[in-house]
Amino acid sequence: MALLSKKDAKLITDPLADNNPITIQVLGICSALAITAELNASLVMAVSVIFVLGVGNVVISLMRNIIPSKIRIIVQLIVVAFLVIIVDLVLKAFAYELSKTLSVFIGLIITNCIIMGRFEAFALANGPWRAFLDGVGNALGYGVILIIVGFFRELLGSGTLFGIPVLGDPIAKTGLYAFGYENNGFMIMPPMALIVVGLIIWVQRSKNEALIEEN
Amino acid sequence: MEYLELFFKSIFIDNMVFSVFLGMCSYLAVSKKVSTAVGLGAAVIFVLAITVPLNWWIDQYLLQPGALVWLGPEYEDYDLGFLSFIMFIATIATMVQLVEIVVEKFSPALYNSLGIFLPLIAVNCAILGGSLFMQSREIPTLGLALTYGVGSGIGWFLAIIAIAAIREKIRYSNVPAPLRGLGITFILTGLMAIGFMSFGGMLTGGEEEESAATSIEKTEQAIQVDHNEEALDKEKELEENTTALNQ
Repeated sequence: MALLSKKDAKLITDPLADNNPITIQVLGICSALAITAELNASLVMAVSVIFVLGVGNVVISLMRNIIPSKIRIIVQLIVVAFLVIIVDLVLKAFAYELSKTLSVFIGLIITNCIIMGRFEAFALANGPWRAFLDGVGNALGYGVILIIVGFFRELLGSGTLFGIPVLGDPIAKTGLYAFGYENNGFMIMPPMALIVVGLIIWVQRSKNEALIEEN
Repeated sequence: MEYLELFFKSIFIDNMVFSVFLGMCSYLAVSKKVSTAVGLGAAVIFVLAITVPLNWWIDQYLLQPGALVWLGPEYEDYDLGFLSFIMFIATIATMVQLVEIVVEKFSPALYNSLGIFLPLIAVNCAILGGSLFMQSREIPTLGLALTYGVGSGIGWFLAIIAIAAIREKIRYSNVPAPLRGLGITFILTGLMAIGFMSFGGMLTGGEEEESAATSIEKTEQAIQVDHNEEALDKEKELEENTTALNQ
């Protein structure tokens, strides 16, 4: 027996590419770009968002029939804020250094537009299981972009991946550095995150011409 | 002086959009026309100017460790810091709703120009980000918190107007098809951010620059320091080796 029906599987696979929350739906860019200078931080951010969006979507979906539509934004904000506090406290307890690096950006998951966007567009109209799949799928699509950006920025900017040097030692001039290669410190600066995402969009849209926008 | 410094720092150096990427969603979505961009930008200034001082007050008198001491000495040990996310976002959501009602009642003209944007703003990261940065940078007084709120708002306003103006013009340019729309906007914002980085030297003096650096940049510095220390260690080893050889 297949675990997921075709329709349900689509909920997960769609946001990974053709309906990606960052590059196509333009959601959740706010908290995403600033923390992608290191792969470690990107990964933690991606996992946090997967947790918050997956669980949040289920909660909202379970409550969808009892939330008065006038105050639904506040209800949604409270649910997200509650989940984000859990993430924040867990990070502070088990990965204190990392939570210092992420600083306010964990808190900013609350106002991450992906979350409100998925609550509004999907969880309010669908059952818990489908909402869960949709949440995880979208958060995965978000995480994929975060990890791609983090990968390039850390590799080109500091020559490391997850903090481990992979291109040799820049001071002792081993590995690639023996041939005169230099780290591009500019990649760690905030503006490069925007440009890297711009390039990802470029690549994605040249592969799939249906996504090209009218001018 | 302190006020002026914080004001300019929050507009140019710590610009909401270009240095910490806050409010990017609405920045990208509402920047197709200058006139709508002006409306949203003004609403952001307005709401930041109200919520940052308000949240400063809440942080000072309710959330910080020992903040509840005004209730009596036995409350000295309470630390409600973990509630700050939920308190801040609740304050912002209610304030936005309240502002909307008040503006609608007393200034229908203003309501017509800001009105549609106000509900959008409750979930704008720039607003919550303003409060969270205010908390993490430990801004000392209410006046400074107000200055910070207004300054950040103006910074965001400038950014969205600039990008909207460029996007209006770029329609006549020959952009590669896959980059059209979103892609080119990202790259333009990146280039503008590089331009804004040059403001970093505006407040001369090393200490100020360091305090302006975000925590991420600080960790980068820490990494560099690590490298330097490694280099120093290696030099020391070399010296020891040479002295040993000489002996």
